[in-house]
Amino acid sequence: MSDAVYKGGDAPRATARRDIGIKKRYAAEQRFRIYGIIAIAVGIFFLAALLWSVFSNGYTAFWQSSINLDVTFAESVIDPDNERATDPNTLLTANYPKLAADALVARLGIDPENRRLVREAGGLISNGVRTQLRDMVVADPSIIGTTRNVWVLASGDVDSAIKGQVNLEVDESRRKVSDQQLEWIRTMEADGVLEQRFNTGLFTRGASSRPETAGMGVAIVGSLYMMLIVLLLALPIGVAASIYLEEFAPQNKLTDLIEVNINNLAAVPSIVFGLLGLAVFINFMHLPRSASLVGGLVLTLMTLPTIIIATRAALRAVPPSIRSAALGLGASRTQTVFHHVLPLAAPGILTGTIIGLAQALGETAPLLLIGMVAFVADYPTTPLDPATALPVQIYMWANEAERAFVERTSGAIIVLLLFLAVMNITAIILRRRVERRW
Amino acid sequence: MAWGLLLTIIVFIGVVGYVLGNARARKQSAAATEKPHSRAHYHGWWVFLLAVLPALLFLVAWSAGSYAYVDRAISERMPTQAEDSAIASRSLALGMVRNLAEGLRRIEGDPAFAELPTRFEDLRPILAERGVALASDTQDYMIPIATDLNAMQDNAAMIGTVIAILMSLGGAYLGLRSVRPRGRARNNVERVITWGLLAASTIAILTTVGIVFSMLFETIHFFRSVSLSNFFFGTVWDPRFAAAGAEAQEGQFGLIPLLAGTVYIAFVAMLFAVPVGLMAAIYMAEYASKRVRSVVKPLLEVLAGIPTIVYGFFALVTVGPFLRDMSGAIAGGPGFIQAQSVLTAGLVMGIMLIPFVSSLSDDIITAVPRTMRDGSLGLGATRSETIKRVILPAALPGIVGALLLTASRAIGETMIVVLAAGVAANLTLNPFEAMTTITVKIVNQLTGDLEFTSPQTLVAFALGMTLFVLTLGMNVFALYIVRKYREQYE
Repeated sequence: MSDAVYKGGDAPRATARRDIGIKKRYAAEQRFRIYGIIAIAVGIFFLAALLWSVFSNGYTAFWQSSINLDVTFAESVIDPDNERATDPNTLLTANYPKLAADALVARLGIDPENRRLVREAGGLISNGVRTQLRDMVVADPSIIGTTRNVWVLASGDVDSAIKGQVNLEVDESRRKVSDQQLEWIRTMEADGVLEQRFNTGLFTRGASSRPETAGMGVAIVGSLYMMLIVLLLALPIGVAASIYLEEFAPQNKLTDLIEVNINNLAAVPSIVFGLLGLAVFINFMHLPRSASLVGGLVLTLMTLPTIIIATRAALRAVPPSIRSAALGLGASRTQTVFHHVLPLAAPGILTGTIIGLAQALGETAPLLLIGMVAFVADYPTTPLDPATALPVQIYMWANEAERAFVERTSGAIIVLLLFLAVMNITAIILRRRVERRW
Repeated sequence: MAWGLLLTIIVFIGVVGYVLGNARARKQSAAATEKPHSRAHYHGWWVFLLAVLPALLFLVAWSAGSYAYVDRAISERMPTQAEDSAIASRSLALGMVRNLAEGLRRIEGDPAFAELPTRFEDLRPILAERGVALASDTQDYMIPIATDLNAMQDNAAMIGTVIAILMSLGGAYLGLRSVRPRGRARNNVERVITWGLLAASTIAILTTVGIVFSMLFETIHFFRSVSLSNFFFGTVWDPRFAAAGAEAQEGQFGLIPLLAGTVYIAFVAMLFAVPVGLMAAIYMAEYASKRVRSVVKPLLEVLAGIPTIVYGFFALVTVGPFLRDMSGAIAGGPGFIQAQSVLTAGLVMGIMLIPFVSSLSDDIITAVPRTMRDGSLGLGATRSETIKRVILPAALPGIVGALLLTASRAIGETMIVVLAAGVAANLTLNPFEAMTTITVKIVNQLTGDLEFTSPQTLVAFALGMTLFVLTLGMNVFALYIVRKYREQYE
């Protein structure tokens, strides 16, 4: 056998592996991987912190403390001189808070002559009771002289105290709710007279300087008007522009210029659009300030690039064979686009539009400049009326000092985020379900 | 005549034209022996377009033209501006006449006021009763001018209406006459559609032009009253409050503290967002399994979908107080970090920017060709070495472009800094103190009651122009880099 069999011993030992720092390199690899995980964890942590901060501050805003009272609509208070037949202002200017205060005093069993206690008891009730009772009387004057069971709002301070948002440990002189009031609150809660009820006012009322009567209904309507205007203008214009650029535009300077402009506009800071709106729509065209029409126009210009970019992608995704087939059968270019390409691209266009609308819905900065930071308490009936928008309402509430407004602001943010979530989820579902893969 | 009614009439004429044209074409094609060039409804549409489009274009031109004409006629009738006039400027006087004319519309046609009072003192309470508030120094001589203004406007509107309707009818007639079997109605309609599409896409250009011109004009106005050096090299921002009637105090409009604050806050934000976003993107592109990616990527993108006002509120209510209390707990006392500070604003803005950095870099990293990756791995490099030595250098131009885009976003961001950075125009290097930014000052100067002639409000446009030029420069540069990089691999 010629095969040499290694016997061991004298042959040189296999050289030790050259040290190329493999351990170190693997450690570096591990570290690098961990950095990545940490980065993602940081991002997700802040997302969670943000959402938690908003929800933990805000969920209480959907409930509001109310007091159940048997209010006697005494003629001696509303219309002591019996003038209501002649002077229509009597019913509007009557001292309605006194009615509620009297009812509460009777309920708590306070001596009506003790002015200090009566005043403290009156402090439990929101000033919003004035409009609430007035509206009842104006709607039906025959209730004067009768007694009705009414839920009235508790004042904002009481509401905060009940929700545990103010520190009740501090000295009585340094908080807004006195010990006496706290005692009343506890007895009323035990009697079931004072209750947390669902806060419909948050969705129906307008701006107010008192937290308990402040609502975002008016702001939501303003936002809806603007979304409608954006949809009506940005969708047709955006689609038309995209069709031109994708399907018709010749390769020339003008087309290049348009393309560059669209790309740049997509990155212009939103506040610059506000300046544009102020200078062009309000100063030059003399459209009214604070109007949702102007807001809608500004947001339209802002959303156009988003919609155009999405629409062009959707048009590009339609395979050329569709166009060739249509053209081959004798359709003109316009017919090809409008009868065949556009319907096939519609789901993608819709998705892009919804995302653009969501972006417009959350935008605040340009609206501040065109005067939508207005104290608007009444619903706008036309797009030319003063209006405000949901994110602007959030901004205004965020600037209020009272603790109860933090809760309101967070509540409004929850509503805004829900709107956005619904829109984005719709877009995602549309993309998954309807969009065709070629 | 009201605009709505006029529009309805014109559209109605168009619709009738469509129906007639359609019917006529049908009849002809039934009778004709040769094959018609266009289908019947194209003839209808062509009649519609002829009836509606020229009339509408004319109306737009007419209303703009008549506005300018009436304006000139009125201003000729105004007495020349005397030195001791009660009214500060001619344009102000014109504004008063316009307001007065608006107000007089309310009592028009009321027989009680067939004879207008000649003195403004008598007229004012009558109009105030109808909810028209007028400037108190409106002059008596303005009343006849205002009535004339109304009359001229009525005349112009009347003539315009008649011409528009005639044009519409004439268009419809011409259209109907042109209906022939060999008529190329489809080509005509399609040409109009193409022009319409082109017009829609020029809106992008018009917007840019509008932005540039509107800001340029106001900025030039501003620099008439404030010197260039005061604005660009001033280190003090103290615009003074523009009280009506007060002697115009020369405020100080130093850009430097605002620019410093803007850049500083953006820098802190980038310092936070870039490492986090980039590492997240690298991990997702190179390490993460498909399942992890499909969960984490949308989660991070949620951050991009949250409106900035929400971030601002988060900074104001949660992050700011937290940092303040934390620094208080460390150092004792009230703490060395103010609730509104560069750090707070920068940190929260950084959170907002994470998804931008990560999704932009993700795209760029995955665009690096597979072969480069395989080559490096095949030579025995570990994955992190491949990323650091091969992929990142290859993707670097794209990433720099992405970072520039992100930075321009940070500079233009408004709501976070409005709520979290403070309004004091400090010039400091301490990140724990409040600084302010260009965007905050734009908002501050333009909210509330405005008078558009004072430098205090016009400065906002100069600031906006600065911001626009700054971000535009960064965007153009970024797009240039990205485009150049793309060409290398395609």
